[in-house]
Amino acid sequence: MTLDDLLDGLFLQRPNITREGGVLTGQATLKGGGAVEIVGVYDATPLGVDEAIRLSRHVLDALMRGSDDPIFVFVDSGSQRMSKRDELLGVNEFLGHLAKCLIWADMQGRRTLAVLYGSSLAGAIIVTALATGTLLAVPGAKPEVMDLPSMSKVTKLPLAVLEEKAKSTAVFAPGVDNMVKTGSVLEVCKDVPALAEKIAILLGTSRDPNDNRGLLGRERGGRPKAADIARRIYDLAHSAS
Amino acid sequence: MNADKIHALEAQAHEISWFEATARQRLRWFVDAGSFEEFLGPAAREMSPHLPDFNLPEAFDDGMIVGRAKLDSKPVLIAAQEGQFMGGAFGEVHGAKLTGLLRGARDAKGPHVVILFDTGGVRLQEANVGELAIAEIMRAVLEARAAGVKVVGLIGGRAGCFGGGSLVAACCSALAISEQGRIGISGPEVIETNRGVEEFDSKDRALVWRTMGGKHRRLLGGVELFVGASIQDFRDAARSLLAQAPSLNLDVLKAEQARLEDRLERFGSCADGLDVWKALGAKDPAVIPGMAADAFIHLADTIRRPRYDAR
Repeated sequence: MTLDDLLDGLFLQRPNITREGGVLTGQATLKGGGAVEIVGVYDATPLGVDEAIRLSRHVLDALMRGSDDPIFVFVDSGSQRMSKRDELLGVNEFLGHLAKCLIWADMQGRRTLAVLYGSSLAGAIIVTALATGTLLAVPGAKPEVMDLPSMSKVTKLPLAVLEEKAKSTAVFAPGVDNMVKTGSVLEVCKDVPALAEKIAILLGTSRDPNDNRGLLGRERGGRPKAADIARRIYDLAHSAS
Repeated sequence: MNADKIHALEAQAHEISWFEATARQRLRWFVDAGSFEEFLGPAAREMSPHLPDFNLPEAFDDGMIVGRAKLDSKPVLIAAQEGQFMGGAFGEVHGAKLTGLLRGARDAKGPHVVILFDTGGVRLQEANVGELAIAEIMRAVLEARAAGVKVVGLIGGRAGCFGGGSLVAACCSALAISEQGRIGISGPEVIETNRGVEEFDSKDRALVWRTMGGKHRRLLGGVELFVGASIQDFRDAARSLLAQAPSLNLDVLKAEQARLEDRLERFGSCADGLDVWKALGAKDPAVIPGMAADAFIHLADTIRRPRYDAR
């Protein structure tokens, strides 16, 4: 599914959406009614300091305008930009700041919703798709933490072993289905009408302020322990104070 | 614990290197003597359910130690990563412990939280759940901060603070780093593997320090404090950061945006750490890597005063 498929399918008209250097920003009106703020990364562009600062600026401007319009994040990115310049300039702060702006928006009651329609890796997926209140995916989504050959290099585990494990466990192998099982992705929508319908339902129900991805991962069997461990530590920390 | 023993422990904190110590050693000398109480410690045997699939050994604490303690007689919640187990990487259990700790602090509106980072980032054998753990922790840090809890990070371990760990650090209220501390999303080897040795020579240790090391991060404004090498130095830094760290609100986010925009404008065309330091006003940038901690702290405070309102 292309970005144009998504934008044409979801929005009435979009004179206020700009695409520049892999960064998408703007406003649009949903076909079912209602204005939304838009940010995104397209063409599998890596997310570096130059991209992240523009995205966070747009999210902050939207917050300062003070409306309740939802913020949509369209994601087809590379990883964080791996370069000397980006690391020299503290790219972790730029990407972290983007995530902070999105999470802050959600904490203030603004709906934040990401649509993963292409690739996204490593630091980039954490501060875009995984920094919103809701993450939906569509066919064509190809999330990865790291490709298997590189993973083989870093972990010193043979590629054949990793390929075999990838078939049997959701916990480490690339792919959107595994992100559904672990609770990262709420749902994969099969086409644009299904996505539009899901979005309408989500926007029509009140926002859940809790981060429920741990419970989702436990229900779906992709993340057996996290929810319980977090809960037990929570109880101990809470009663300690 | 008697007074003599407490005194002896406090004296040792001045001698012991943060970098060399294990996470449990750091904790022992970092908090008020004998005050640490662990949550779901090794006796609970809450280990990674995934490492056995890869025929890798588990640790009884999954490389993450969390609990409560006292610092200067005041309660704190503490999390410490063991960099010598799986590179301190975030797996399912490891991450969930920190998430639970932060959510507990959020809902109880305290006490403040200190994180002793020592991590290469997401544990690749548990990649999908480790990545999600980072996302949950970032959110939990921000929610705790919005509830008035300060979340302070300390960086000076062998594994540095890389990958997703560096994103969590970026969400903290304030950070302290030592000379040997390093912060980056992509580690030197990862950049070299993906982009070639011309982009980044991971064997050039001086280059690594100038790009990701503690002194550069302090001068760039990526951390608030630069500290000496001992556990006592980190203890003093945590005390200072807890006193000064800001809470989180829209003004802080606006100030951070402005701070980072200003950084891009001033240093965006610098090719090396040396150029950044020169642009900041260091008269002889080449001597900075060799400077002793005290002299460097004095220089840093002269050319780049720490800010506490823009993170």
